[in-house]
Amino acid sequence: MKKFLMLLVMSALFLSILAGCTQGNTSGTTKNTDTEKAEKEDVNGEPLKHAFIFKNTGNPYGEKMMQGFEEAIKESGGEAILRAPDQPTAEAQIQIIEQLITQKVDSITLSGNDPDALQPALKKAMDSGIKVLSTDSAVNAKSRTTHVNQADPEAIGRIQIEAISEMIGGKGQIAVLSATSQATNQNLWIEYMQKELEKDEYKGLELVKIAYGDDLRDKSVSETEALLKTYPDLKGIIAPTTVGIAAAGKVLTDKNLAGKVALTGLGLPSEMASYIENGVCPWMYLWNPIDVGYAAGYTAVELVNGEITGEVGDKFEAGRTGEKVVVEDGDGTQIMLGEPFKFDKGNIAEWKEVY
Amino acid sequence: MTSKIEESYVHRRLEAHRPLTAKHVFLQWEWLLVLIFVGVLVMNTMLSPYFLNITSLRDATMVFLDKSFIVFPMAFIMIMKEIDISVGSTVALSSVGMATAYNVFGLPMEAAIVVCLVVGALCGLFNGFLITKFPELSAVIVTLATMILYRGIAYIILEDQASGNFPEWFGFFGWGYVYGVPFILIVFVGIAIAFGLLLHKTTFGRKVFAIGHNDVTSKFSGVNVKKTKLIVYTLAGLMAAVTAVFLASRMGSTRPNIANAYELDVIAMAALGGISTAGGKGRLIGTVIAIFIVGYLQYGLGLINIPSQTLMIVIGALLLFAVVVPKIKDLRKS
Repeated sequence: MKKFLMLLVMSALFLSILAGCTQGNTSGTTKNTDTEKAEKEDVNGEPLKHAFIFKNTGNPYGEKMMQGFEEAIKESGGEAILRAPDQPTAEAQIQIIEQLITQKVDSITLSGNDPDALQPALKKAMDSGIKVLSTDSAVNAKSRTTHVNQADPEAIGRIQIEAISEMIGGKGQIAVLSATSQATNQNLWIEYMQKELEKDEYKGLELVKIAYGDDLRDKSVSETEALLKTYPDLKGIIAPTTVGIAAAGKVLTDKNLAGKVALTGLGLPSEMASYIENGVCPWMYLWNPIDVGYAAGYTAVELVNGEITGEVGDKFEAGRTGEKVVVEDGDGTQIMLGEPFKFDKGNIAEWKEVY
Repeated sequence: MTSKIEESYVHRRLEAHRPLTAKHVFLQWEWLLVLIFVGVLVMNTMLSPYFLNITSLRDATMVFLDKSFIVFPMAFIMIMKEIDISVGSTVALSSVGMATAYNVFGLPMEAAIVVCLVVGALCGLFNGFLITKFPELSAVIVTLATMILYRGIAYIILEDQASGNFPEWFGFFGWGYVYGVPFILIVFVGIAIAFGLLLHKTTFGRKVFAIGHNDVTSKFSGVNVKKTKLIVYTLAGLMAAVTAVFLASRMGSTRPNIANAYELDVIAMAALGGISTAGGKGRLIGTVIAIFIVGYLQYGLGLINIPSQTLMIVIGALLLFAVVVPKIKDLRKS
């Protein structure tokens, strides 16, 4: 009987550890009941619950977006639930979606790990009355009400080609270092880059390779090294992903190639400041991920309140980011946030403190 | 009072057919698991108001049962003192095989599902072949190699792209109900019973235990060790393919990186279920309870939006608990 008792004690101990764990770690949700805006509540008198799912944990870009989303939801008096799976896979996101459906959240905003695989799960969410929208990396039009796009994909593709052409004097071999081959956003931008390259003024540029660093630092580093080895005449690298451009910046700095191989793309100012200052990357672009999350948060709130339906032509005021209009996007609709912002030696010192 | 030596002798002799005294029944691992299971349910109910209702409990099974099919053959393998870490990659390769059969070769979906099962079984058979052909190699190394190999082949076939567009009815596997019961749960119960009978009620099952206790004596006692191992590894591949069907159905598509690290979850569930990693011991009912413990624990903590890193800590702690507790019992015995 003693042994049995001891087992009992052991399991009680274990369960209490579990309970302790769970209480200490509810920081993912932020209750905001004491703000003055108590009018935005559901029928039970509880604040509206808006959930955000990012691609995976431990991505600084995603954390900035979550920060902006939470800010917007707080301003509306709602409760923000911030989630991200530990692996950047669709099946892990499906699990989270199921859990959010059970919790009866009012809206789900997500950056999808796959454009199509989440469709059954998101349909189930929409059928149970939850408003679904994507941001950053889109899911297909059937699985969402609308999409909040960081910037016009055509402009993102175009300016990067313009930049690299100017940096290398309009002549020579260039390569693209992207994220995963399944990333909806990067693939779209690369498509527009290729279209831009068909123009007469870029006749001298030759796109020799599109490499995939999978948004993993070590793989991006080795892909960059492989590019430099395979194409000794390479003049420029475009990395339309924050992880990729930082990895490429590191490799070019280590190999002392500033001025020989130009680098541009989309990067976080805080991570890229040293490479802009040392001349490896003369300038680069990005939008403010905090603003993207913030605008997505406002869109979610307005959808739940019934102010907009996600149809083309809907207009609403998205807090400090101003008025937004829903426009067409293939089979679905989207909300566009404007032109990407240019970071160079002149302004990087100021922005690296911000994000 | 019998002496210590006598007691341990009697104990050992009777272990084959345990006397069902009240003390013995209560001291069995499975009862502790039931206790933990009830604890998990109570804790989840206290933490989240959304946990304890039929719809929630029912739909949770659709989330976590997909990988559970592999736990049963994995239990067989672990009872034989071996391990198979290639099952996650087998899931990926067989689902890619199914998608290719359907999308590239234009086979009907029914045939594509058969292709999936055949690919899975072949992967398992190949593991079994290598392990029985080269008994001096440990199963960890062999299946580590095939884990990388199968995943690599899947990547070569699909080139890091997704493949889907399956017919509408295929979604039934992952999302369908039969009279309100999830289809996956019905299949799970069927497969659990089949494997339970196979392990505990047939000579094949007794051979598995015998090999786990001592494969050399088993061999000299007339057990065909190679054949038994081949069958068990093939079953593991086959069940990985069943997982692949349900997973692909749930996502409506497949890609070469699905089921990443599934082997670790599967091994964890089997170990928690009381399958001894030292071989020769374990009962399948324990793994069934363990599957539900881990499943509802993850689901319940997800309902209160625990960060996924914390979830890993909790599962890790649970597993540690599972492997350490029996050792404490042994310590007291000696």
